[in-house]
Amino acid sequence: MIQVKELRRSFGPVVAVDGISFQVEKGQVLGLLGPNGAGKTTAMRMLTCFIRPDSGTASVCGYDILKNPIEVRRTLGYLAENSPVYPEMTVGSFLNFICDVREITGRARRKTLDRIVPTCSIESVYHQTIETLSKGYKRRLGLAQALIHDPDVLILDEPTDGLDPNQKHEVRKLIEKMAEDKCIVISTHILEEVEAICSRTIIIAKGKILVDSTPAKLKQEHGCSLDAVFRKITKSNGPGRQEEK
Amino acid sequence: MNSFNAVFKRELKSYFTTPLAYVFLVIFLFFSGYLTFKQGFYEMRQADMRTFFMNLPLLFVFMVPSVAMRLWAEERKVGSIELLFTLPITIKQAVLGKFFAAWLFLTIALTLTFPMVITVCYLGDPDIGLIITGYIGSLLIAGGFLAIGCFFSAVSKNQVISFVLSVVACAIFVYAGMPTTMNYLSTFLPQGLVAAVGSMSFQEHFESIQKGVIEFKDIAYYMLIIVGWVAACTIVLDERKAS
Repeated sequence: MIQVKELRRSFGPVVAVDGISFQVEKGQVLGLLGPNGAGKTTAMRMLTCFIRPDSGTASVCGYDILKNPIEVRRTLGYLAENSPVYPEMTVGSFLNFICDVREITGRARRKTLDRIVPTCSIESVYHQTIETLSKGYKRRLGLAQALIHDPDVLILDEPTDGLDPNQKHEVRKLIEKMAEDKCIVISTHILEEVEAICSRTIIIAKGKILVDSTPAKLKQEHGCSLDAVFRKITKSNGPGRQEEK
Repeated sequence: MNSFNAVFKRELKSYFTTPLAYVFLVIFLFFSGYLTFKQGFYEMRQADMRTFFMNLPLLFVFMVPSVAMRLWAEERKVGSIELLFTLPITIKQAVLGKFFAAWLFLTIALTLTFPMVITVCYLGDPDIGLIITGYIGSLLIAGGFLAIGCFFSAVSKNQVISFVLSVVACAIFVYAGMPTTMNYLSTFLPQGLVAAVGSMSFQEHFESIQKGVIEFKDIAYYMLIIVGWVAACTIVLDERKAS
């Protein structure tokens, strides 16, 4: 469902993503791992057509990110880092705005909101202004907007960042539940999360793919915890870029 | 079209969910009335709105950039631009949605000056045609300034910088047509060039509309300004949205 071919992007002299290629199929949960500034967010931003690659391309559900960016965005759900939202809006009006953009109207909208609001546990703050919400609630609202149209492809940049342990558990359960019939790409720093929900993992450093394997295989090959594997692989390749944005 | 509508609706609502709209409306309505009465509205003993319309371009130089500065600078600062441009919305739809929402907001502000029309009608027998063309000219000048403000809002993440740059650009477009500027320019520029600078000014086209004459060249001038600056905004935004 996702095909990435030699994707490359640099910011001035800094190469953020250096010719990465991979494929993700339906039913897979791919964990994108890497130190800060490794190029994970840049790669995700290119996949969601927010920034254009310098060279290479990718396709999502058969739509090319360069030729059909609007179709790509229509088919995928994206939760960006820091869940950017409109602070002056209420949760309800924000979700209605997303429904407007995604052309979910009438009865379908009512059904969608009835499904997504309890799924992301945001019923209690539905009428509240977003700027008054805690980081965890903002994150869950971001997740709600990404899932609102029940997309086939989900791209989640640190989905459990800022959530308390209970909420983290709920989000992981939700991802596991959705994994069967969706293609999910997650970027995270929490290695236990990778072990818990990812069926495959790619480790990136300095914009290059260092490892493409499964968490279980990695642990078996190196004979240590995933945490130790991550340190071993990324340290031997030096630190990432200073800035990723 | 749906994406355009969604952005338009959200943007227009956002003016009224923050104090911005109310602060803007109060200040705009106060100064538009104050300047009119201060500059001899009664002393002229004429039931028309010339004094009112005469002051609007100068008032717009400061007021319109204050509406426009947040359009893109805030989106980039808060990071919501990443949300907006990862939804199925094209840059053109987003720019036009925001531009027309802000233009409609300015139209509402101008509509709220209706007590001025009632006053003039109460005091005498004004030429309604002149008042209507005055309002049309004011709307076009507001649209022109808004397009300039929209562009500078996309240039910088900082709203203050966007505001200052827009005010300077709008002031240049107004002052270029002022007699004092024209006289000064004629001391060292050839006559043809001075006339060209004058014809680029908002003031010159506004004055002819205000006289009740709606000519194609005046409408085309404002449309060209609006389309040009909005197109430039789209290009800049496409380049700088992720920076």
